[in-house]
Amino acid sequence: MRGQARQGDGVGGRRLKRAVYALIVVLLAGASLATPRVGSADLVAALSSHLVAVTTGFSGSNVLLFGTTDGEGDVVVVVRGPEDVATVHRKGRYMGIWLNEADMAFAAVPGFWTIASSRPLAEISPGVAAFHQLGLEHLRLTPLESTSLRRITEFRQALIRNRQREGLYSTEPGQIVFLGNRLFRTDLWIPANAPIGTYTVAVFLVRDGDVVSAETTPLIVGKVGFEARVFEFAHRWAPLYGIIAVLLAAMAGWAANLAFRKD
Amino acid sequence: MDIYLPIAEMAVNVFLILGLGGLVGFLSGLFGIGGGFLVTPLLIFIGIPPAVAAATGASQIVAPSVSAFLAHWRRGNVDLRMGSALLAGGVLGSAIGVAVFAFLHRLAQLDVVIKLAYVVFLGVIGLLMLKESLQAIRRARTRVVKSKPRRTLLDALPLKVRFRRSRLYISVLLPVAIGLLVGMLAAIMGVGGGFIMVPTMIYLLGMPSSAVVGTSLFQIIFVSASVTIMQAVTTQTVDVVLALLLVGGSVLGAQVGLRAGTRLRGDQMRVLLAILVLAVAGNLAWQLIAEPNDLYSIVERRES
Repeated sequence: MRGQARQGDGVGGRRLKRAVYALIVVLLAGASLATPRVGSADLVAALSSHLVAVTTGFSGSNVLLFGTTDGEGDVVVVVRGPEDVATVHRKGRYMGIWLNEADMAFAAVPGFWTIASSRPLAEISPGVAAFHQLGLEHLRLTPLESTSLRRITEFRQALIRNRQREGLYSTEPGQIVFLGNRLFRTDLWIPANAPIGTYTVAVFLVRDGDVVSAETTPLIVGKVGFEARVFEFAHRWAPLYGIIAVLLAAMAGWAANLAFRKD
Repeated sequence: MDIYLPIAEMAVNVFLILGLGGLVGFLSGLFGIGGGFLVTPLLIFIGIPPAVAAATGASQIVAPSVSAFLAHWRRGNVDLRMGSALLAGGVLGSAIGVAVFAFLHRLAQLDVVIKLAYVVFLGVIGLLMLKESLQAIRRARTRVVKSKPRRTLLDALPLKVRFRRSRLYISVLLPVAIGLLVGMLAAIMGVGGGFIMVPTMIYLLGMPSSAVVGTSLFQIIFVSASVTIMQAVTTQTVDVVLALLLVGGSVLGAQVGLRAGTRLRGDQMRVLLAILVLAVAGNLAWQLIAEPNDLYSIVERRES
């Protein structure tokens, strides 16, 4: 089990083929050794990379999730982005103009949320799905004010709808593919507008409508290189950043004036 | 080709932004305007958060303004004393504007106020310009500048100063007040304010039009520079990568526009500009009035 995890890390951001290949090798080696410890290792999962690097050319990225089960049951994966307060505003018409008139703030809203499963989620018992938040309808969103349930539902649905439109919450579950009856894999898509921060990837093993095993791994979406430096500079040295922004623009204007001068 | 913007935190197409800058530059070269009033709405239109659009728009304005200012400076078309008075008001105004901007940002009404400000100012200026230029075409080459408005009240203001280059003897409070208003608008709307300042200086102050553009550019450079720095400090919404892409496009576009401009007559050009201004105002007014697709929207508060 530990051997597999280390192998998964080592693969890094390389091609999927290599990751799967490496996994199969480890799996074959592990299968012969692990037979006596079946009970403790009924679910093992790893990511092809624990870092999604947001660089200048970043336009979204796939992360491969792979793992094994001890043979029975289905797998469900939930990816949650970094949590923050999110305020939902409702517009209303005032003198012909649409203004934000009402709002509701929710605590600890994941900035990203997606789910994938090897079998339709409907087959999981509702109580279990609700407990483990398997499905957007079960996503726990706590308003920062106490108000009527109808009002909460209204804003809650608006929040989910907005996030889905931005592509940050999945509209339908992704597919987890079983290769044989033990080895599974799925691609997790991290879009270009995904928030920066630490994500959690939770893998559940579902057997007879119940979750029998779960594993969580972190996934970091972080700016690296130029992007990270610009962002950090803009926040830590804000006045200097502003001055540089102005100087760059002024120099561009001056250069243009020199280059296109007629006399 | 996509590029990830570090402050806006989104990926945009490089050529789209360059093209947008080019279009704005072309129009600014053609009409002799900064084009800031086009940049911010266009950026919002392609999905840049309004706060980033306005703050970045302000930094982008510096480039074409410096370029055009230098050309006017060489021709001696700058009234430095008048410019300094405008600037004094402008810096004060932009400080107020940035504070108002941050306040509206917290209230979640920034979007509406930015759009509303555009509709009101572009609408009024566009209509005035259209009326004036159509009259000018009808009368064929009548000097509009000479029609001095009633200045009895304005003449009574204290602190009179002689502005030699502008051939004016007026209260210094007037240009300071104009600068203040323009500075506030610059901060809130992400514009240089030339489209407000130029008509005001001609019609209200009675400045000769030869000195107006160079002098207003002098003020615009420093006000947009100070707005950029203040926005960088208070809201951290200035995206340097976005600004540079816009500048790159607009610098080239401006040269094309300048050349195209020499083939058009002044009054014809003003009609076109008036129509353009009204079109932008109309589009934004529609966005305010039309029922949004989704009445609900999310405002995130992501502290990093």
